[in-house]
Amino acid sequence: MSLDAATVRRIAKLARIRVNDEEVSTLQNELNAILGYVEQLGEVNVDGVEPLSGGAQMALRQREDQVTDGDMAEKILANAPDRIGNFFAVPKVVE
Amino acid sequence: MFDLTLAGAAKALKAKEISAVELTSAYNEAVAALNPRLNAYITTTPELALEQAKAADARLADGSATPLTGIPIAMKDLFCTEGVRTTAGSAILEPFVPPYESTVSGKLKAAGAVMLGKANLDEFAMGSSNITSFYGAVENPWKRQGSEAKLVPGGSSGGSAAAVAARIAIAATGTDTGGSIRQPAAFTGLAGIKPTYGRCSRFGVVAFASSLDQPGPMARNVEDNALLLNAMAGFDAKDSTSADRAVPDFTASLTRGVKGLKIGIPKEYRLEGTNPEILALWDKGIEWLQAQGAEIVEISLPHTKYGLAVYYIVAPAEASSNLARYDGVRYGKRVDGADLIDLYERSRAEGFGAEVKRRIMIGTYVLSHGYYDAYYLKAQKVRNLILKDFTDAFGQVDAILTPTAPSAAFGLGEKMDDPVTMYLNDVFTVPASLAGVPAMSVPAGLSADGLPLGLQVIGKHFDEETVFAVSAAIENAAGFSALPEVRAK
Amino acid sequence: MAYTLEGSTGAWEVVVGLEVHAQVISQSKLFSGASATYGGAPNAHVSFIDAGFPGMLPVINKECVAQAVRTGLGLKAQINLFSRFDRKNYFYADLPQGYQISQFAHPIVGTGTVEIELQDGTIKHIGITRLHLEQDAGKSMHDQHPSKSVVDLNRAGVGLMEIVSEPDIRSPEEAGAYLRKIRQIVRYLGTCDGNMEEGSMRADVNVSVRKPGEAFRTRCEIKNVNSVRFVMHAVEAEALRQIEVWESGGEVVQETRLYDPAKGETRSMRSKEDAHDYRYFPEPDLLPLVLEQGWVDGLKAALPELPDEKRARFCAEYGIPFYDAGVLVADQATADFYETVAKGRDGKLAANWISGDFFAAMNRTGKSIENPPVSAADLGALLDLITDKTINGRIAKDVFEEMVETGKAPGAIVEEKGLRQVTDTGAIDAAVTKVLDENQDKVAEYKSGKDKLFGFFVGQVMKAMQGKGNPALVNEAVKKQLG
Ligand SMILES: [Mg+2]
Ligand SMILES: [Zn+2]
Repeated sequence: MSLDAATVRRIAKLARIRVNDEEVSTLQNELNAILGYVEQLGEVNVDGVEPLSGGAQMALRQREDQVTDGDMAEKILANAPDRIGNFFAVPKVVE
Repeated sequence: MFDLTLAGAAKALKAKEISAVELTSAYNEAVAALNPRLNAYITTTPELALEQAKAADARLADGSATPLTGIPIAMKDLFCTEGVRTTAGSAILEPFVPPYESTVSGKLKAAGAVMLGKANLDEFAMGSSNITSFYGAVENPWKRQGSEAKLVPGGSSGGSAAAVAARIAIAATGTDTGGSIRQPAAFTGLAGIKPTYGRCSRFGVVAFASSLDQPGPMARNVEDNALLLNAMAGFDAKDSTSADRAVPDFTASLTRGVKGLKIGIPKEYRLEGTNPEILALWDKGIEWLQAQGAEIVEISLPHTKYGLAVYYIVAPAEASSNLARYDGVRYGKRVDGADLIDLYERSRAEGFGAEVKRRIMIGTYVLSHGYYDAYYLKAQKVRNLILKDFTDAFGQVDAILTPTAPSAAFGLGEKMDDPVTMYLNDVFTVPASLAGVPAMSVPAGLSADGLPLGLQVIGKHFDEETVFAVSAAIENAAGFSALPEVRAK
Repeated sequence: MAYTLEGSTGAWEVVVGLEVHAQVISQSKLFSGASATYGGAPNAHVSFIDAGFPGMLPVINKECVAQAVRTGLGLKAQINLFSRFDRKNYFYADLPQGYQISQFAHPIVGTGTVEIELQDGTIKHIGITRLHLEQDAGKSMHDQHPSKSVVDLNRAGVGLMEIVSEPDIRSPEEAGAYLRKIRQIVRYLGTCDGNMEEGSMRADVNVSVRKPGEAFRTRCEIKNVNSVRFVMHAVEAEALRQIEVWESGGEVVQETRLYDPAKGETRSMRSKEDAHDYRYFPEPDLLPLVLEQGWVDGLKAALPELPDEKRARFCAEYGIPFYDAGVLVADQATADFYETVAKGRDGKLAANWISGDFFAAMNRTGKSIENPPVSAADLGALLDLITDKTINGRIAKDVFEEMVETGKAPGAIVEEKGLRQVTDTGAIDAAVTKVLDENQDKVAEYKSGKDKLFGFFVGQVMKAMQGKGNPALVNEAVKKQLG
């Protein structure tokens, strides 16, 4: 499998990263090199092998239902690049 | 004073031979003198350090001190530190000051450690040479004999490694996703351990790849690592992947010795292209352990060669999702745009460096519709086979010995022509990360041109004690005492 | 009779599946300790986890898991002892992490079934595909500033149960009945308050049309419809739109649409257009959710009686008709009210009084079942007065009105106003004699064959006795004296 420029643009769009033409062609080469490298996994027989998704082999711990957090709007908003009152502000979204 | 180990400094502080304020002031000065050159710290915090040193002296006086009280350390700038800017080496977090503290940095704080500053790293911990940091490359304090060429300290914990090696920190925290503690430790003549996944909390550590990231210590010797890990490790209810297990006193295992231990030597690690010096050092390590009574067993980890390929699917996939939160809305860098999507795209295009973008792109692609099974799912299955390799091996042996990296530190600008060449640095460290087992790099010798080389000891899940025991045995036999050219004196 | 829509090419069948998002009732959020309470000052109920800050990690709330299991049990569904969380990746201003933690490949609840009742009394079974747990998003508001949208994250991270139905629904009526039934079940279970105005319950409506007998055609998803009525309208509007597209030779494209209640139509949602590749993958910050069968059994044993079972029991235990029982079990509070009144009394009488005078009084006074115009105990006492013949049914209605007005107990009203029924035959006879004496002409007419006048005499006697005469005894006395 090899990536074409259109796919690189589509992926960049999905990842919300602006790319110019020059970057597209650089990325295309680099990504293809990486994909070419990982292609070797094709030779591994994984019949009947379960996927391993996590680093830890245990069951999920569950916490008690208690309110222990929140009520700190100022801290939540302290780093905001833009705010209106206690809201985060972004350019107007049209639905 | 700069040649004191952590254990040595703790003893001197306890004996009141030196005060924490004196020690910290000396380190603050050394940082101020050497950091402009080495760039080991992104942010230095001398006033905070002094304040903490004063508090440490109070604790040393009232008897509530721990072995870390008053010890000046470098904090990898991936740990969120309340009130102290945390950048993860990225432009996108340049203005970010966390209103909270990571669990691990908080534990060190509570133990009385003194934070000299936030150590440089590859951007979002993605790299093996510390050249991807937005805040500039870190210079390795070691030089090749007869050369002044700048070398890389390894990565991603390259700032931590350089700081400790150059004696502008007694010890440091690191994080290891595919070798980011072990490889820079090897490149700078330090010891560093990646604990078992789940041993140290990830809460408050800027995430790279959640299923692989693991905080750990880096220090001048094995004992110092044990002392640091004692304080860093432990169950944390805020991290669902944290292991609810008691933390043993790791220093107790340092003197256990290796008599009767079975040490596995995986034949698959004799990779073509590995520096012959490194293979020779590995053989030496085998002899040292044998001489101390260990039994050497040849083992097979048949899926070793696929580790990197698995890693370069799994880690970018998780990273592409973990880094989605950096969108210029709630914190960090924002580049204004015509609309929200434009704002996202510009903020992320300008906020992320080339390597981070590359990995986000790969990660996005391997998870995207139609490719998930071929890449991500396949990689997860092979990851399971890699885990099984280790489980099988640990049915026969107590620990595994391998080289840490296929080469010594390389020059800034070398190996940078394509990403895959750079990725090969991690070939020996990645499998243990994928399996989640603990692994430590110990300085074991020098290359012909005078650069440190490390050996890696890999243990069973949650058996850091055996890793420490074997590492200590190697350390004793190797008697590594070389010092880098650039250092505080 | 199947519901169809008539197009220019003939009849079209409507195929509908619903994804209901029901907000879990819990103190704190699904993965953080911030309050899950509705409302609050902007960004007050927000932790660093909810706001997607660097290094923050999710820890699951046990109660949310229990609520999902209870709901699954209420939907007669398979409880999966092994489930897992996945990340659904997309960018949106109110999605702080850049992904929603959801369950994609392994939901906590599998297939189940829900029974709905239609207007004509037909019972239909709608299949449940799955129920999974996921996080809610925050809220963007677009009308607070001329050029900016503002974001409040109070809702971000609140636990949601997404209940997905099979495409078994075939009409707006069925869609409405299904949604009402889901709401009834979760309310009974106490797992979701079902409040659609506050958004704690909302539906994504998947609609397609087809010629009867055909395979499914392309569907469209109408997002976030927030009332039963709107769901019914949206189904019809969208079906009509699709019929028009097909009949004009076009092709329906699979897309996300929005229902505009003001215009009564659906329109394409551009903002979600390119977000279709969600790149689901297992959430690496969480481990698989593994439940113990014993724990599930415990939840099951503690489950309240559900509406269908309660309805059947009401019919059997109190001898009331199926329809009436349906009305009484509509919500838990009404059912409880009924049962308090009916217990140890005549169930039919209780049912008639509640669905008649009591509901009427509730509507008239604007009160609710939680704050009723007459307490269940008082209403029961009133029925007791009827049953033990202290008062008759006619007087009981007056007493009831008095109870509504004054809040007094029925016994007190009866005593105060002297409304006890008269069963003294001497007194009744005297009253009858007096009425017949005063109406000699009518008595003559009666005797000459005008039978209908019998009722007139009884009425007059009752009137003379201020309604307090025992109706049976009065009847008997009138009959006797008329000879
Ligand atoms: Mg939906
Ligand atoms: Zn949903």
